[in-house]
Amino acid sequence: MANLILNRRRLLGLGALGAASVTLAGCDAFDGMLKVGQPLRSALEKGNELSYGAQRLIVQNALAREYSTSEIRQGQRPNGSTDPSTAEYLALKANNFADYRLKVTGLVETEVSYSLNELRNMPARSQITRHDCVEGWSCIAKWTGTPLSGLLAAAVPKPEAKFAVYHCYDNIERGLSGDILYYESSDLIDARHPQSILAYGLNDEVLPVANGAPVRLRIERALGYKQPKYLHTVELVADLAKFGNGRGGYWEDRGYDWYGGI
Amino acid sequence: MTDATLDEVGTAPARHDKGPLIYRQSAWTRVTHWVWAICLFFLLLTGLNIFNARPQLYWGQESGFEYDNTFFRISSEAVDGKLQGYVEMFGNRFVTTGVLGVSGNDTRKAFPGWATIPSYYDLGTARVVHFFFGWILVAALFVWALASFFNGHFIRDIVPKPRDVAGLPADIVDHATLRFKHTRSYSPLQKFAYAGVFFILFPVIILTGLTMSPGMNAVAPFLLDLFGGRQTARSIHFIAMALLVLFFVVHIIMVLLAGPFNELRSMITGWYRASPGEPVDPGKGDR
Repeated sequence: MANLILNRRRLLGLGALGAASVTLAGCDAFDGMLKVGQPLRSALEKGNELSYGAQRLIVQNALAREYSTSEIRQGQRPNGSTDPSTAEYLALKANNFADYRLKVTGLVETEVSYSLNELRNMPARSQITRHDCVEGWSCIAKWTGTPLSGLLAAAVPKPEAKFAVYHCYDNIERGLSGDILYYESSDLIDARHPQSILAYGLNDEVLPVANGAPVRLRIERALGYKQPKYLHTVELVADLAKFGNGRGGYWEDRGYDWYGGI
Repeated sequence: MTDATLDEVGTAPARHDKGPLIYRQSAWTRVTHWVWAICLFFLLLTGLNIFNARPQLYWGQESGFEYDNTFFRISSEAVDGKLQGYVEMFGNRFVTTGVLGVSGNDTRKAFPGWATIPSYYDLGTARVVHFFFGWILVAALFVWALASFFNGHFIRDIVPKPRDVAGLPADIVDHATLRFKHTRSYSPLQKFAYAGVFFILFPVIILTGLTMSPGMNAVAPFLLDLFGGRQTARSIHFIAMALLVLFFVVHIIMVLLAGPFNELRSMITGWYRASPGEPVDPGKGDR
């Protein structure tokens, strides 16, 4: 009995010591283990897969909340790239995007492409929605555009197409070794969602350059980094491995969650 | 205590002075307690890292950029060529250089590196860890609620009864004068504290967390109305965090004052040394 109590005492002591050492070592104790690609990090990322699966199970095709005009109290805050400087983009901008074409490519029966005027003449949808940045802030604005689902229907995705990759003009990183261009991706549920529009209008004006002119995709049930600006190509693919670092987007490659709905 | 009993069993009287050893905490309670302790540790430290991305709290649906609906911020500014960290709450400013706003090597940062996981600013990683432990916390809560409902812990120890309300003033006096009674049942203050965590803080912090998810907003838009908008929900999430930290501090102080060895043992092995005179239940192995 005495031995048993001693063992328990020792056990409690060791437990307390362990807890204290973690606290004293500071929270940098976990830094190395949490880098992208480390086994612990990969295990913890299963939590995000669970969130994605759970939300897809219950959210289905529910619409994001739409607000009333009176709730637009300010302009849409520009964030990330606000003034791309690639030669291709500057040339289009100089011509007021008259030569712009939005392409749907990849695993489709027919590749299609549309000019800005053609997009503006397609069925339009306006929605006043809340833009939620992953950093924590939100901003309400009115977006006008044509649903991406219409373009996908025209292109007819092949059965093996699982994701849509969104290629953008903006050089979000400008390094000595060259530019890094923004890209994003989503599943086809988000791509075909009725509120997923190719927006060319913002708060009843032409979409400004700072907010992604000429076309920005809205995926309203996801965070801001899933709303690619300066969009030029929607490529349907079976897997995301060959783009960037293979995690499905510019920010995903830097450690952000791919689903982006939480 | 008579001489006869002393002669009879040698060292035994000490045990009787201490009161009986009773089996107080079920394995369900003990395991979920430590699971929550681990979860809350990671949720807090990653949460502070996430907050560092936007160290301001707003009321309403959105964040005011062209108008002001910020009621709390941690920030910094240069004063006489030196960085000064400050916390601003409802327009009142408190200088917090070294801890909040500015810390370490004069780094602009809301919460300091020693209080965040990772120790450097990394929103993507902090979110991964935060959501993982969010799932575990909710799962453990589910298991605990089910087990506690069936083993009686829930009704017996957590839900405050009329007699707990009646006993509250006396219990407050007992705690204020550090007179702790080691009984099988929880004291009225304990019940109210745990009920506050289980019935108010945990539901509020979980639901406000879900309200920040754009995906959840689509399936459960009533959450936005319940909390008065996404930014209000974010602010309430932060306030609930602060209250949980307050609970933790008081919890630890109480454990230390009431007898850390006995209290820790009861939450690890289940066995608790009660005050003399506490009835024993031989059916549970009490002695």
